Amino acid sequence: MSSDGHTQDTAPALGATGTQDTASALDVTDTQDTASALDATDAQYATDSDRLPPAPRTTDIDMLEPKPSSPQSSQSAPTSERRAGAHTRIGRGVKLEKLRAFYGEVEQVKGVDLDFNANEVTAIIGPSGCGKSTMVRCINRMHEEIPGARAEGRVLLDELDIYDAAVDVVAVRRAIGMVFQKPNPFPTMSVFDNVAAGLRLSSRKPSDLHHKVESALRGAGLWEEVKDRLGEAGAGLSGGQQQRLCIARSLAVEPEVILMDEPCSALDPIATLKIEELIDELKARVTIVIVTHNMQQAARVADRTAFMLGGELVEVGPTQQIFTNPNDARTEEYVTGKFG
Amino acid sequence: MSTDAHMLERFAVSAKRRRRDRLARSAILGATAIALIPLALIVYYLLSKGLGSWSWSFFTTDPTGNTFFASSSIGGIKSAILGTIEIVAVASALAVPIGIGVAVWLVEYGRNSRFAHTVRFFVDVLTGVPSIMFGLFVYIVLIIGTGSSYAAYKGAFALALLMLPVVTRSAEVVLLLIPGALRESALALGAPRWRVIFKIVLPTALPGLVTGVLLAIARAAGETAPLLFTAGATLKSGFSLNGFMNSLPIQIYTDVTSATTSVVNRAWGAALTLVVMILLLNLFARLVARRSSVG
Repeated sequence: MSSDGHTQDTAPALGATGTQDTASALDVTDTQDTASALDATDAQYATDSDRLPPAPRTTDIDMLEPKPSSPQSSQSAPTSERRAGAHTRIGRGVKLEKLRAFYGEVEQVKGVDLDFNANEVTAIIGPSGCGKSTMVRCINRMHEEIPGARAEGRVLLDELDIYDAAVDVVAVRRAIGMVFQKPNPFPTMSVFDNVAAGLRLSSRKPSDLHHKVESALRGAGLWEEVKDRLGEAGAGLSGGQQQRLCIARSLAVEPEVILMDEPCSALDPIATLKIEELIDELKARVTIVIVTHNMQQAARVADRTAFMLGGELVEVGPTQQIFTNPNDARTEEYVTGKFG
Repeated sequence: MSTDAHMLERFAVSAKRRRRDRLARSAILGATAIALIPLALIVYYLLSKGLGSWSWSFFTTDPTGNTFFASSSIGGIKSAILGTIEIVAVASALAVPIGIGVAVWLVEYGRNSRFAHTVRFFVDVLTGVPSIMFGLFVYIVLIIGTGSSYAAYKGAFALALLMLPVVTRSAEVVLLLIPGALRESALALGAPRWRVIFKIVLPTALPGLVTGVLLAIARAAGETAPLLFTAGATLKSGFSLNGFMNSLPIQIYTDVTSATTSVVNRAWGAALTLVVMILLLNLFARLVARRSSVG
């Protein structure tokens, strides 16, 4: 099952990622949906429903039945149907201003100013303990969940300071999703319920749940592999599938930014490759920030790369430049493997 | 050849270590056997003495109170069974939500605060309090204090107090086992904390919570001391929480000191009934817990 899914999925994507796929996804964005996506979420749901026939409100068992094929359905080409399910949405930029983060008295992030451009992949590299993860966790205010932890400075989502007293942390996290180091599907839930969890857990009553779940699973490149076992336990999938399930779970709530904290460090190389391809596709709809220890990975997926050391930002720039011609000597030493 | 022999000598298990291994193995096997002896004896005596008094009427008639003539009918234990079920059910309805609530607070909110440590300390103290103290406490507050008489609900209060620390402590241990990554990933989806607790943390912990609650129920169902001077002893079945109520431990307690053989046998029958009831509850709850979790 998984090997079938693998070949089917990877082959066309490998060829097409850079050229066809991304380009056409952007086309769709530009022509049809840009206005509505910016205006209102509801309008955008409507366009999605137009594209796929409305799924009847059914139970999980019903989802196990093969669905009548939709206009751009599975049989044709995985990439095109994946794109059909994708929510064409414009990501938002994030700007850190003098961000400092503390654990108790220990200052882990020491005043970072950094821009994450909308619909780009920005990689954060740096040796262990340099504050990469902590900084990223400040962007959706997960840092403050740790007892004794606090953050200072500003984090702007477009123009909005998410640390403003009037801002609801729950809304921040819905707009800025997160994928963690270890795949962690909810153990009591099926594949379907895992993806639906974000929608069900948020206070608004989810409408058109099945359509959204399918769309999120397609967005995470997992639909073909799991469509016949949506009712099975999410924890029963392979490690790479579980991580894509977690990505689908965060896509389901339609965030504008996704933070990835070493999303591939627990995965084998093939699963890693799939996630990287996925990241490349996803940036059409969201802004991505990825923390990684793997410099090849940063070089492969990131448009821009930031190098951190001892809680400070050393350098940020186009990935190409960071790896070939960095401005700072420390960056060069790190990327050439002299330390770290 | 000579090198082979030499190698074998180097890597062979020495006789001394083999002896020690055998000694250690037999010691722990012996300890297990010793621990099993009383358990087997209890089951054996319960079955051999208790099964004899089981009959249809044993479960369907109230005790008559007539214990002086072996020939006359002494009645069954219906009121004791119903009383135990009712008192324990009320006690659980009080103790389980509060106990799990305290555990959720300790794990999800209190964490390492000073107040949380104080609560933990007193929960531990309560766990070690002899059960008769809970009876005494209820006796002083609800019976002497109000100048009223024994009542079933007062017995249920005493049992609830007894169950509370057991439920709290076991639930806390189980909730602590839920990986923080699960909470974080739910929070990162934009879920409010209370929903994370109700939809992710508690369902994931359910099998463990059920086990803890069962331990508490099993302990409470077998307690005599908290009921002695709170629920009282009576013969008749009655469902009023305001009246006296019989229970299996009290029935056993009063019967076993009787001079009449048939009454003592009724105590064995009642004891076997109590054990079987707790066993059935265990099996049932385990089935429910297993079905409720995926895979």
